[in-house]
Amino acid sequence: MNRKSLAAAFPHTVPVLMGYLSIGIVFGWMLSAANFHPIWSAIMSLTIYAGSGQYLGVELLANMAPLANAAFLTLILNFRHLVYGLSMLEKFKGMGWRKLYMIFSLTDETYALLAGVQVPDDVDEKAFYFSIALLDHLYWIAGSVIGAAAGALITINTEGIDFAMTALFLVIAVEQWQSAGDHSPVFLGAVGTLACLLVFGPESGWFLIPALVILVGGLLLIRPRLEGLGMPGKGGDMQ
Amino acid sequence: MTALEIAALVAVMAVVTFLTRALPFLLFGRGGEPPKVVLYLGRFLPPAVIAMLIVYCYRGTGFADPSGWAPGLIAGLTVVVLHVWKKNNMLSIVGGTILYMVLVQAVF
Repeated sequence: MNRKSLAAAFPHTVPVLMGYLSIGIVFGWMLSAANFHPIWSAIMSLTIYAGSGQYLGVELLANMAPLANAAFLTLILNFRHLVYGLSMLEKFKGMGWRKLYMIFSLTDETYALLAGVQVPDDVDEKAFYFSIALLDHLYWIAGSVIGAAAGALITINTEGIDFAMTALFLVIAVEQWQSAGDHSPVFLGAVGTLACLLVFGPESGWFLIPALVILVGGLLLIRPRLEGLGMPGKGGDMQ
Repeated sequence: MTALEIAALVAVMAVVTFLTRALPFLLFGRGGEPPKVVLYLGRFLPPAVIAMLIVYCYRGTGFADPSGWAPGLIAGLTVVVLHVWKKNNMLSIVGGTILYMVLVQAVF
């Protein structure tokens, strides 16, 4: 990576800059509103680096969730990353030590940029990819720290700010809905989870485990029908 | 909550997130085709999981009086309408959240 590749990558990352700053600020603010020191916002964005994962993380931290619960929820929330990695196998070949960072930083937005971007002729391809990944990560950290600092300094009544997580998932759902050819997975997810919620009760969120079993089982049952469709769009543009 | 407990939760989230990103490279990095069923679930599980998480977000909804369900319903519908209309992530999320905060703090 060098100045040239950073300069070439920067214009491509401006949409992510806007998105990450705003979503990151809301994340940091939520974490401060839940009474966590702003340093945790920086640490989480540095080491976890996942938008919806960290929104969920605020809730897990605020409720002192058991570690196994946190691991399980993070796993299912990030399951879509599997698809991203599969389509990046070729792109990341031969990147040496940078490959590890490319894998770590493969968020929805970075994936979308890497999948669609044209590398300028006079720029080293690998350095260009690395610059995009690094810039996006820096935007996310910056947004989180700004939001956390603002949340710690500005004392307003923040009751209800945790709704941002619901809003984020609703936005992802709208985008997935609009790019999907078949909506049966959505209904399966909603109805299956609702049934488990009614049967097992809301306490501590463990009803998500039987719900996930139902979702996977249900999807396998309707596989012959869904496989007959063309490729739907990828998941939402948000992480 | 001690710093150690916070650090442990953050570490678990960081490790699991990294593993979900690294798994395809670990399993299929040396050639070899991923099983079709994995590709299938990778395509169709995400929308089901997001629907599941939305239900999870609304798990505390109560029906004893309007304050238990109205703010979440009104703000949620607002997010969806805003996003279908303007397709602006920041507007939809921040707008919906501010509306929700006003509703729970000042209206219901």
